[in-house]
Amino acid sequence: MPETPSKPAPAAGAPPAPAEVHFTVNGHTLAAAPGTLLIEACRAANIEIPSFCYYPKLSLQAACRMCLVEVEKIPKLQTACTTVVAEGMVVHTETPTVQAARKSAIEFILTNHPLDCPVCDAGGECELQDMTFRYGAAVSRFDEPKRHRDEQQWSPVVYYDRPRCILCYRCVRVCGEGMDVWALGVGNRGILSTILPNHQDHLECEECGMCIDICPVGALTSGAYRYQTRPWEMQHVGAICAFCGDGCKTTLGVRNGVILRGDNRDKNGINGDFLCVKGRYGTDFTRHPERLKSPLVRDASGELRPVSWAYALETITDRWRGIQAAHGQFGVIGSTRCTNEESYQLQKLARRVLGTNHVDHHRSADFPALFDALAQPAGAAARPLPQLADSGALKTAKAVLLVGGDPTQEHPLLAWNLRWAHRLAGASLYVLNRRDIRLRRQARRMALLTHGTEADAVRYLAAPQRGDPPQAELTAVSPPGDKRWPQTPPSTPQPIPGGLEEFRAELAQERDVIIVFGPELTGDAVQALVRFGASLPGHTRYIAMADNANSRGAADMGLYPDLLPGYLPVSDGAARAHFAAAWGGDIPAAPGWNQRQMVEAVDRRELDALYVVGANPFRLDPVNAATLKSCFLVVQDLFLTETAQAADVVLPALSLYEKSGTVTNTCGEVQSQRRGGSFEGAKTDLEIIHALARMLGADFGRPDADRVFSEIRAQVKGYAVSLVQLMAGRGALAVPLNSAVPHQAAPQMIRPNHDSLFTAGTLGRYSATLNAVMEKHSRP
Amino acid sequence: MSVFSPATRDRFERLAASYPQPRSALVPMLLYAQDELGYLPPEAIAEIAALLGETELGVREVIGYYSMLRTAPAGRYHVQVCTNISCMLRGGEEILAHCQRRLGIHNRQTTPDGMFSIEEVECIGACAWAPALQVNYDFHQELDPAKVDEILEKYRRQG
Repeated sequence: MPETPSKPAPAAGAPPAPAEVHFTVNGHTLAAAPGTLLIEACRAANIEIPSFCYYPKLSLQAACRMCLVEVEKIPKLQTACTTVVAEGMVVHTETPTVQAARKSAIEFILTNHPLDCPVCDAGGECELQDMTFRYGAAVSRFDEPKRHRDEQQWSPVVYYDRPRCILCYRCVRVCGEGMDVWALGVGNRGILSTILPNHQDHLECEECGMCIDICPVGALTSGAYRYQTRPWEMQHVGAICAFCGDGCKTTLGVRNGVILRGDNRDKNGINGDFLCVKGRYGTDFTRHPERLKSPLVRDASGELRPVSWAYALETITDRWRGIQAAHGQFGVIGSTRCTNEESYQLQKLARRVLGTNHVDHHRSADFPALFDALAQPAGAAARPLPQLADSGALKTAKAVLLVGGDPTQEHPLLAWNLRWAHRLAGASLYVLNRRDIRLRRQARRMALLTHGTEADAVRYLAAPQRGDPPQAELTAVSPPGDKRWPQTPPSTPQPIPGGLEEFRAELAQERDVIIVFGPELTGDAVQALVRFGASLPGHTRYIAMADNANSRGAADMGLYPDLLPGYLPVSDGAARAHFAAAWGGDIPAAPGWNQRQMVEAVDRRELDALYVVGANPFRLDPVNAATLKSCFLVVQDLFLTETAQAADVVLPALSLYEKSGTVTNTCGEVQSQRRGGSFEGAKTDLEIIHALARMLGADFGRPDADRVFSEIRAQVKGYAVSLVQLMAGRGALAVPLNSAVPHQAAPQMIRPNHDSLFTAGTLGRYSATLNAVMEKHSRP
Repeated sequence: MSVFSPATRDRFERLAASYPQPRSALVPMLLYAQDELGYLPPEAIAEIAALLGETELGVREVIGYYSMLRTAPAGRYHVQVCTNISCMLRGGEEILAHCQRRLGIHNRQTTPDGMFSIEEVECIGACAWAPALQVNYDFHQELDPAKVDEILEKYRRQG
């Protein structure tokens, strides 16, 4: 591979440039920061320079020769992708020489490229096709037969069609530099060059599909999508990924209401270029044959029997009215995958209509503890706001402390951003973990705990004078930004002497640290972490990692037995009065039961009705089937989960991809989406909740997500976010910081799933593609 | 367990430590490994990759680039016949055809007894004495078919 010049530092985070460089392109005088690549400077000025191998933020390749331009006083054409702008440089991009060079480059690339566009998956969204139309020659001087090779299947989701490959090496670079997986390489040389998978005839990797997304032609295609449709037959709908808590945008390819693929076609979400295996391939759960298509009601013989919507809703409200009349107990368990609007209306239904505070959801991060800690005065000086970081802030961070968790497996976007910060911004990553997680490879320092927990270690960091430090082994990698060998993996972490004391001392030298923490930290450990963070110089910000697409939203919207929306305590009269006025009805004052307490109440026959929306609580808290008979159970879900199997009434719900609304990712970025796919027979959770409320005599208005979101913006602390930002498809950070959050500390209720890249609770079980990849079965 | 002799393993460890970038030692290590083992089996690739902190794929990329590195065994005597321009002008192609006839194998094949293999190679730097061939590291030049027969017979006798 050619040795490439080092890449200029990204503009963001770099010190202000001393001066601008002035140069001329096609007679226009342009200015750019020193070190800017000519191709970038031209693109910024709307002067198109075609290229295949150049890809922003990856190492330079200069392999395709498509970006050749004329630079005065240099006799030969120059590759704009590796030329750095210089003072007084005069460039021409549209001369006959340049046009002829582009024609030749395309003619050369097409030497062995088959002209099978009509059957190629990339046809219609192929960069080579577009460039040939725009810049190519209509005829080729090559009349030799094209070299044909058979297509190879490298994994259930990755196919390689060798003759189509134009050897731009984008896939090799994104897999190595971007993903730090290094599963693709280049074999042979010259005309025989080919892309190689890491296990000779197949791939063992993260199956993220970034190589497919980045391929400018149809050489790499997706096994989950190939040959199903043509790109122009689909609608492309930007949706928020329904899986982990990072909130990536996935562009759904929808034909006749059916979601055929997810990909990163627009690259304009908070995730930029990135998408993982779930966001790309996991959408197929929406097409699973076992999806519920009709409401089910348990009949006299004990069987669940399909019924009409009207009958099912009547059955529910009749029973609920009876229980209300008898002053029975209601419990409501919400979802970490529903929209904010649905979670908000669900807890409103519980509190205002059913008159109960027995409301909960499956918790995987201690958000109340974090917001409580952040609200407390830590010392004399007020801390700068906001104290929460969005996911993009990681890319430009100077220093990041990662405590617990394994972002590579559980939060792929955060891991991508951390690798980005290491590679392009020279960020110092500090990792504190019991496990040897993969991000150690980017960690300036990792403290691998050999005894004790992350919580113990954080308590030590906050108060080092108390007791002996938990034992840890330190490792280090050489400083990031060694650009001499941009195409090689980061250096192997080396053990260094020292323990947590040294780790702490080095952290204390860093400014403006972003602290990212996993579910290992709950309650007082979160408080200790914030005390430690407050002792660091500069502006410390936090990200708490929670499992699912709207785990954070469920928490923010008040799916807690003791907290109203915006983390206002239900025991606080003023907070209750605020929401009672907004909702037109009283709210019970006593905090309710959490999820486990509700299941225990079922066992004691004290819970008369349980309404479960998009959750599977009986998997975590098994229920006694005998005592469950005295509890009227309504479950609303996509599939007949363990909980739904025990229900008296099951309502088929639409998935996150099939509804409009907002979701909040684990950092707090609120994003809005429009419905993508559709599914006959099911309704959105919002429609169902509104219908139930109406039948019980409470008018929640039209089940329109925008209307509900207006109410959320007005009522929920932190949610008065910019609508312009939402409509532009960007994340708007919600910062629901109050004064202290008095809450019932329940660390035992923080129960993370520890999903891998290939598992995702119920949705993962019903995704054929996620179950097909070998790595799901070969890794613990 | 190393697939290499202790001396070679020692040499590799020294090589890996003698460059600012350990991967700089890769090509010499591959050549030494091939000299010792006759080719580069998967175990050797894995061991070298581990020594240098490279991926096996990264090592295979380099092997694929260099035509003198091989991942399948060659004959005990690897007959490399030059057919580049000087040798070609002075009968290199006939020498190659003669070797193939005499040994009963084609280019890039090995005799059934594993004694000989043939490879047509680019310039071996013996233009002044063309046509030339190379058997393992030994040069033989100013060839004609009779001389080639003698040379092959000599190696066959050596066994």
